[in-house]
Amino acid sequence: MNIVLRFLPPPETTGVAEFEYEGAVITAPPGISLAAALLAHSGAFTRKTASGDARAAYCMMGVCFDCLVEVDGIPNTQACMTAVRQGMVVRRQIGLRRLNGCRDF
Amino acid sequence: MTRTDSEITIIGGGVVGLSVALGLLLAGRRVHVLDGPDGDARASQGNFGLVWGQGKGWDFAPYAKWTSDALAAWPEFARKLAELSGIDVDLDQTGGFEFFTDTSEMSAFAAMLEQQQQHLGNRFSPELLSGDDLRAEMPGIGEGVIGASFSQQDGHVNPLRFLRALRCAVLAAGGRVTMDASVARIVPLPGGGFDLALANGRQAGADRVILCAGLGAMTLAASLGFSTQIRPQRGELLITEKLQDRLPFLSSTIRQVDEGGVQIGGTKADAGLDDSETLEVMAGLARHAVAVLPALADVRVVRAWGALRVMSPDGYPVYARSNRYPGAYLVTCHSGVTLASLHASLLADWIEGNSGAPDLEAFDEHRFAISTAA
Repeated sequence: MNIVLRFLPPPETTGVAEFEYEGAVITAPPGISLAAALLAHSGAFTRKTASGDARAAYCMMGVCFDCLVEVDGIPNTQACMTAVRQGMVVRRQIGLRRLNGCRDF
Repeated sequence: MTRTDSEITIIGGGVVGLSVALGLLLAGRRVHVLDGPDGDARASQGNFGLVWGQGKGWDFAPYAKWTSDALAAWPEFARKLAELSGIDVDLDQTGGFEFFTDTSEMSAFAAMLEQQQQHLGNRFSPELLSGDDLRAEMPGIGEGVIGASFSQQDGHVNPLRFLRALRCAVLAAGGRVTMDASVARIVPLPGGGFDLALANGRQAGADRVILCAGLGAMTLAASLGFSTQIRPQRGELLITEKLQDRLPFLSSTIRQVDEGGVQIGGTKADAGLDDSETLEVMAGLARHAVAVLPALADVRVVRAWGALRVMSPDGYPVYARSNRYPGAYLVTCHSGVTLASLHASLLADWIEGNSGAPDLEAFDEHRFAISTAA
């Protein structure tokens, strides 16, 4: 099988979407996966595990959970399952998520 | 070969079989554990890890007492396990809650606790708390919670690490464990002893056999002369993503493992050997968890599964010696984690018939024969 046939065709897009990642403005074709955009941006780590190890997107198909980031305040979002949207605010997922509203336990 | 020097064969390498094996090894016996293939219905890989007494044996004093003894024996058992296996099972026995959103359910449970307390005297002192008392103590508790019971002896362990610790401890204590050795047939021999035909075509001989096969006992018990009917009871579980925060409580339906994930469970269904999960039950579990702790509402569920409990006809453990075939024993129970501390210690004395062994007559299977004959 031709390797190209194993992938969905990229979305037909015109223009670029701008989104914020750790305070920097990044541009990417709208509709591509956020994980792809972050890898293309720098390839640097996008999350840290509970024990502090750095991770970046790996499987790109929703299985490995190594691409977790915070998107518009929502923690533990799988970047590979999230399409790039204009104006989204993305941050690294550092360690485990918190329980909202119960930060005083 | 004398009987006491011979090797004891344990059919079943789950929590119950390994606990019994460990107790016998620590008593100086030689033990061979035959474990089935991965695809078997393994309650030991689906359980909740509770070390729990609340409500248990309210209508059967021997079980209330046996459970209470087990809770008391757990700290020493966990220490022994860590020593043998090098694995800390994270025993946290600092008390557990049973939450209620329905007044009649809470008063029914309160009545059960009162009866349990009568069996146990000052060994058991459950508390009842109102919803407002709970919220004053733990601000995150939902408004729909009308109250809770609390027992300070209740606790939990990390269930999968516990299973691994047991297996490592059995090996460290000199036990033999054979994997993928499903016993298809047991043939008692005329002069004593047993021939075991394995599903993989091999044969094994045994002088003494302890059947700890969980749901596997459904098909094997009769060939050893036992009449107990084991049945599966399905429970479903949700597992959430890991949280940095610690939940402020442990309950019988909502617990957080030390790594941060929350387990939500406790459902009961009669579904035969079907261990699949169902959307309706999973939704109910999620609603319950959010009712108890609303902050869980946006926490993702990352896994869900059904698993099968091992139930005797009355739900209590069965400890039985075969009358027809001396040297055959049946050990089966639902609460294999809670009772493991006794299965790995005092039960060895009962199997050996030592003086000072616990009196387990009340757990013999003749209790079922009496009720069906009546």
